[in-house]
Amino acid sequence: MSLDKPYLDVPGTTIFDAEQSRKGYWLNQFCMSLMKAENRARFKANERAYLDEWGMSEDQKQAVLARDLNRCIALGGNIYFLAKIGATDGRSFQQMAGSMTGMTEDEYRQMMVSGGRSIQGNRYVGEEGDAQAHRQPQGAAGQKKEA
Amino acid sequence: MARITASVYTSHVPAIGAAIDLGKTNEPYWRPVFAGYEFSKQWLRENKPDVIFLVFNDHATAFSLDLIPTFAIGTAAEFQPADEGWGPRPVPKVIGHPALAAHIAQSVIQQDFDLTIVNRMDVDHGLTVPLSLMCGQPQAWPCPVIPFAVNVVQYPVPSGARCFALGQAIRRAVESYDEPLNVQIWGTGGMSHQLQGPRAGLINAEWDKAFLDRLIADPKGLSTAPHIDYVREAGSEGIELVMWLIARGAMADVAGGPAPKVVHRFYHVPASNTAVGHLILENAR
Repeated sequence: MSLDKPYLDVPGTTIFDAEQSRKGYWLNQFCMSLMKAENRARFKANERAYLDEWGMSEDQKQAVLARDLNRCIALGGNIYFLAKIGATDGRSFQQMAGSMTGMTEDEYRQMMVSGGRSIQGNRYVGEEGDAQAHRQPQGAAGQKKEA
Repeated sequence: MARITASVYTSHVPAIGAAIDLGKTNEPYWRPVFAGYEFSKQWLRENKPDVIFLVFNDHATAFSLDLIPTFAIGTAAEFQPADEGWGPRPVPKVIGHPALAAHIAQSVIQQDFDLTIVNRMDVDHGLTVPLSLMCGQPQAWPCPVIPFAVNVVQYPVPSGARCFALGQAIRRAVESYDEPLNVQIWGTGGMSHQLQGPRAGLINAEWDKAFLDRLIADPKGLSTAPHIDYVREAGSEGIELVMWLIARGAMADVAGGPAPKVVHRFYHVPASNTAVGHLILENAR
């Protein structure tokens, strides 16, 4: 009998469940290693060489090198672990969260100050909200795409 | 005997800690957040407990994927503020209460909650930001704190019903402790927020406010809400709110006592990516 996963139809959202955790084990443990200053220094000195010390897939390494957090999450990363990369880069949680929407830092911050992203149209895949797949990327980047 | 006199509920956003540590609390962005805690700081000075039982979650700090305890009780004499990658917060170390913590651990496990007992653990913003919000910037925290960590990082997290029942077990454990201690229980995390994916930045104020209403008036009914309601309505990280049900379950009315008094309620959007919610409930004296 399969597991009950009622969260697969929430748009723009990946739930870090046991399956994702298994996929992302080494990716997340690599992130954890960045809690130590000496490891942050070694990673910054040669990112590729440092990543090669971990049992990560090539896709995972490329996603880290590109700082593509959406891709990291698809490949099993969890945001609280990935935040260690952000800390190493000197980025805040808000900068990291914003980077996954396609919005600029200012656009994202303005959305939050204005009350945050609306739930309208963003509860189920297939609605019309701004988190839906067909409306990415968001902000000016998305408008440019449509133009 | 010891007793639980009050429960406190608050979000624990890391940026709030940074704003305090960097002296930004008077900036226009932050002033409304901290204004909501002015009453609370005064209240805590006037209602200083002997021990705070602080329910929080670790954010890949003390617990990596090496070890993922669903419920972990800190029984150590002290806990250091963690380096989460930005350096440790410049806040006092947390003094534990090993005797009461060990007593609660034994009692709660005997009530069929299989706690993990932790004797060494650094505590991250999940624990220190609520202390900062409620106490400001003291040289030492006002009393010992028992850290109680809940896994809300890897799904499935414990259900609302399980958390609510655990709170009831914790109340019984506290009341079976001989020393007449005044214990507060704090539930932290939330409210609506999502830190990942194209839906990052989600805020659902209507849902949050209804959660506060039900937490006060109908916690048992609220505890039956499934995980998916939190995820869908309050964001993937909004699920932290199940921790508030542990603190609420420990209040006297759940065991047939009088309804608690709502002494403070506050809600504000945003703090960084998150909706800030805050409640103080007192048991009748």
